[in-house]
Amino acid sequence: MPTLHVNGKIVTHDAEPDTPLLWVLRDHLNLTGTKYGCGVAQCGACTVLVDGVATRTCVLPVSSVGAAQKITTIEGLSPDGQHPVQKAWVALDVPQCGFCQSGMILAAVSLLKQKPKPTDADIDTAMTNICRCGTYNRVRAAIKVVAQGGDPKVASLNIEHRGATAPRQG
Amino acid sequence: MDTTRRDFLTGWGAAAGSLVVGFGTSPAAQGQTASPGTWPSMPPIAMQRIEGGPEVNAWVVVQPDDRVIVRIARSEMGQGTLTGLAQLVCEELECDWSKVTTEYPTPGQNLARNRVWGNFATGGSRGIRESHDYVRKAGAVARTLLVQAAAQSWGVSATECEAAQSVITHRPTGRTTTFGKVAAAAAALPVPSEVTLKDPKEWKLAGKRMARLDTVDKTTGAQVFGMDLKLPGMLCAAIRACPVFGGQLKGFDAAAVAKRRGVRHVVQVGNNAVAVVADTWWQARTAVEALPIEWDLGPNAQANSKEFLAQLQAGLSADKAAVGLSQGQALATLESSARVVESTYGYPHQHHATMEVMNATARWTPQRCEVWTPTQNGEAALAATAAACGLPIGQCEVYKLHLGGGFGRRGQTDWVRQAVLIAKEVPGVPIKLIWSREEDMTHGAYHPVTQCKLRGGLDAQGRLTSLHMRISGQSIIAGLAPQNLRDGKDPAVFQGMNVGGTEGSFGYDIADLLIDHAMRNPHVPPGFWRGVNLNQNTLYLECFMDELAFAARRDPLAFRRELLAKSPRHLAVLNAAAAKAGWGTPAPKVAGLDVHRGLAVAHGFGSFVAACAEVSVSPTGSLKMHRIVAAVDCGHAVNPQQIEAQVEGSFAFGLSAALFGTITTRNGAVEQKNFDTYPPVRMAHMPKVETVVMPSGGFWGGVGEPTIAVAAPAVLNAIFAAKGRRIRQMPVGTQSLRRA
Repeated sequence: MPTLHVNGKIVTHDAEPDTPLLWVLRDHLNLTGTKYGCGVAQCGACTVLVDGVATRTCVLPVSSVGAAQKITTIEGLSPDGQHPVQKAWVALDVPQCGFCQSGMILAAVSLLKQKPKPTDADIDTAMTNICRCGTYNRVRAAIKVVAQGGDPKVASLNIEHRGATAPRQG
Repeated sequence: MDTTRRDFLTGWGAAAGSLVVGFGTSPAAQGQTASPGTWPSMPPIAMQRIEGGPEVNAWVVVQPDDRVIVRIARSEMGQGTLTGLAQLVCEELECDWSKVTTEYPTPGQNLARNRVWGNFATGGSRGIRESHDYVRKAGAVARTLLVQAAAQSWGVSATECEAAQSVITHRPTGRTTTFGKVAAAAAALPVPSEVTLKDPKEWKLAGKRMARLDTVDKTTGAQVFGMDLKLPGMLCAAIRACPVFGGQLKGFDAAAVAKRRGVRHVVQVGNNAVAVVADTWWQARTAVEALPIEWDLGPNAQANSKEFLAQLQAGLSADKAAVGLSQGQALATLESSARVVESTYGYPHQHHATMEVMNATARWTPQRCEVWTPTQNGEAALAATAAACGLPIGQCEVYKLHLGGGFGRRGQTDWVRQAVLIAKEVPGVPIKLIWSREEDMTHGAYHPVTQCKLRGGLDAQGRLTSLHMRISGQSIIAGLAPQNLRDGKDPAVFQGMNVGGTEGSFGYDIADLLIDHAMRNPHVPPGFWRGVNLNQNTLYLECFMDELAFAARRDPLAFRRELLAKSPRHLAVLNAAAAKAGWGTPAPKVAGLDVHRGLAVAHGFGSFVAACAEVSVSPTGSLKMHRIVAAVDCGHAVNPQQIEAQVEGSFAFGLSAALFGTITTRNGAVEQKNFDTYPPVRMAHMPKVETVVMPSGGFWGGVGEPTIAVAAPAVLNAIFAAKGRRIRQMPVGTQSLRRA
C-alpha cells in the first residue's frame, strides 16, 4: 500500500492514485480539518504544508506526493493549538464561520517561515485564500502580531478573553 | 429534566480531530427522566462535550461543578450570534462566564416541547434582535430559581440573597453556596411568573468586547462542519441535477459506472437529479461526472440573461407598477422642475458561494429518518425531512451542525430533501451528500436581478424637490412564497425605503416622492442573500444622491445633511463616518496617487449605518480601496468587537458583488461554475475597515447585514470623485476606470 508522511507519522492508504491528496486526508485518514472549497485550487481551503510550503491539495494527485515529503495538516501544526499563528488567531478572534481558516492559518505559517517580517504587499501576495465571511482585516492583523513577537496588543482590538480553564466549545 | 448528553458521545477522534459517534443509550433507557418523547434513536451531535446536569429551565443547564450550558436556538454561521446570545442569557443569570459553554437543542425537541425555544430561523439579522427579550428572561428566571433554592436550603428569604459569578450569598450572614450545588433543587421549583430585566446601562458582560466562545476549535481543525461528519457505516454521495432550472431527468446509464471502484448505488433523486453513492466522496464525484445522463431541459432551455435584460428595461418605463412609497405629486413636480437629473442603474444576480458547499447526512429506516446538516432554519429542515421521507414529523429529527457560511442560502432545504431521498434508497445506512462547487454555484437561490431608473427634480436653488425611483425586476417573495404577495405586490422589494418604521426607513425629506416596482421575474430561482434588497436599493439611491449633489454643485455630505434634518439617527451615523474619515480635508496621497472619498447612508434590519470610502484610481484605471470608515447605530450593542467583525465581513461580501460578481444564464443554465468565474474579494482587494459602533439605546437593530448596503455605493461615489466617471451597472470589474 502507498504511504504518506503526515503529521510526523507514516500512514498507509488505499486510495486510487489519481485521488487528490485532499480527499485522501479527509476520507481515508479522517483529517477533516483540511477543507474542500472549490476543487480547482482557487480558494485555498484545502491548503496544507508540504515540506513547510503552503500547498493546495484539491488538485494534487496523491500519487504525485512522495513518501518522504512531510505533510502537515492543521491537526498536526502543533500538539496543543499553541503554534504562534494559532495563538494570534485566537487572541484576535480571527475566524467567523471558520471554514477557510485551516487553510488561512497554514498559508500564514508558510509566509512567516519565508518572510518573518512580511510587508502588506507580501501578505497580499501570499494570502490569496478566499474567505466569504471577510476576515481579511483580522487575518492581516494576526500575521502582523506574530511578526512583531506575538503580543496581541499591537493589533489594538482589545478583546476580552476568559480564563484558561474555560471549557472548550464543540 | 435531565438532559445529559454524556451517553450519546462515545468518543472523539483525537488524532484526527474528527467526530466519531457511536450508538448510545438514551437517558430514558437508563431510568433517568427524559424530556417526553424527544430522545432520538441516533445520537445528537451536541455542540458540547461535557457531562450533563440539571436543566434549571429550557435554556440553562447547571452542572454540579458549576459549569453552565446555555441552549442556543439560532444557528451560528460565523456571525457570532452564539456568543452574543450566551452573553445576554449570562448577563441575567449572573454566572461565571469562564464556565459557560453552549449547545443546540434539536428542532424535534423544540416541536415536542411546544416550541419552548421559540424560532430557530436564523436570517434577516434577527438572531439577537428578535430573541433578546426571551433569552434574557430565561437567564433571569434561572437565576431567580437558583437563588430561591439556596434561600430555601438556608431557611431564609430569597430577598436577602444575591447571585454573582455563579455564587449565591446570603447578605446578612455572608453564607455562600454555588449554582452547581443548588441546581437540582432549583430545577424542581415553580417558575416565577414575572422577572425584571436589567437596564442595559447596568450590563457587565453584555455590551463588552468579549472573545467568541467558538474560536479555538476553528484554529485546530477540530470544529466539525456538516461536511466533516462521520457516522458508522456511512457512505458518501455526489449529485447532478438538471443544469437548466425547470428541467427534468430523462434517463441515465448506471451500468456505465457501476463497476467503478467504491460505487455502491446509482440513484434517481426526485424528477430532476441523479446521485452516485460510493465509499468515498471522490469515488462518488468522479462516477457521477462520468455517468451518461439524458436531460429534458424543459421550458427554460432557451432562456438567456441578455434577453431578459430587455424585459427589465421595459419595466423601467412600464405604466403598471406597484407603489411602495408615495407622497405629494412626484411625477407632476418633476415635469415642472427647473432641472431633472435621470440615471439608470443595474445589479445582476449574485450567488451566496458559502465556503462550505451544500451538504447533509441522512439515515432512513421504515420507522425513523434523521438528518445532520448545517442549516439556518432547523425547523424548516425538519419539515422538509418529513415531507421527503413520508414519515410523521415525530419520527424525524434534524441535528444542526456548524455552518461553513450561510448568507441566506442555508435558510432553504433543497439539499436536505435530496439527501433524504437518496437515504431512502439505502435503508439503515447514513448517506453523506456533498455538492460539488460546480453543483453549488449552478443550483443556487440567487440574489434577484433588478434595474432602477431614478429621476430627481432640482429647483432653481439646487434643492431636491422631487424624486421618482422606479425599480424593475425580480421579486424574492414571488419566487419563494407567492402566497405572501399582496395584490401582486412584493413589499420586500422596497426594503430600506419605507415611510418611517423601525425596520428600514427612507431618511431623506423630499416633498414629492414616488418609489414603485415593476415586477419582472426571470426563470432563475431567487433567494435571500445577505443584505437582501437593501443592497441594490441603497446602491441606487445613494449613488443617485451623489449625482444630484454634483448636479446641484453641492458637497455630497452637505447635500445629504440638509435632506436628513428630520432623520436624526441617519444623520448621526453619516456625520460620524464622515468625521472619522476626515471629510472636508484632503486625504493623504498613497503611492503618489490622490485618494478620494465617497459616502453612503442607510437604515436597514433595524440599524442605522453609514460609510465613507477612500479610493485611488491609477492612470491605467486600476482601483485601490484604501479604507472604509463605517458607523453603526444598532440601538444596543451586545458585543462591539463582533459588530466590527460583521461590518468588515459585510463589506467584503458587498464589495465582492459590486466589483466582480455576476451570475448569468445561457440556454437556461448558469454560466459561472466556480471561483474562477465568480471571484470574490481577496486580501489584496480588501480595504482597511474602521468602525464606529455608536449604540444610541432604546431599540435593537441587527448587525450581520445592514452595513453591506453602504460599502458599494460609498466606493462607487469615491470612484466618481476620483475619475468623474459614474459606474451604474454592476459589477465594476469589467468596466474601464480610465477617465471617460
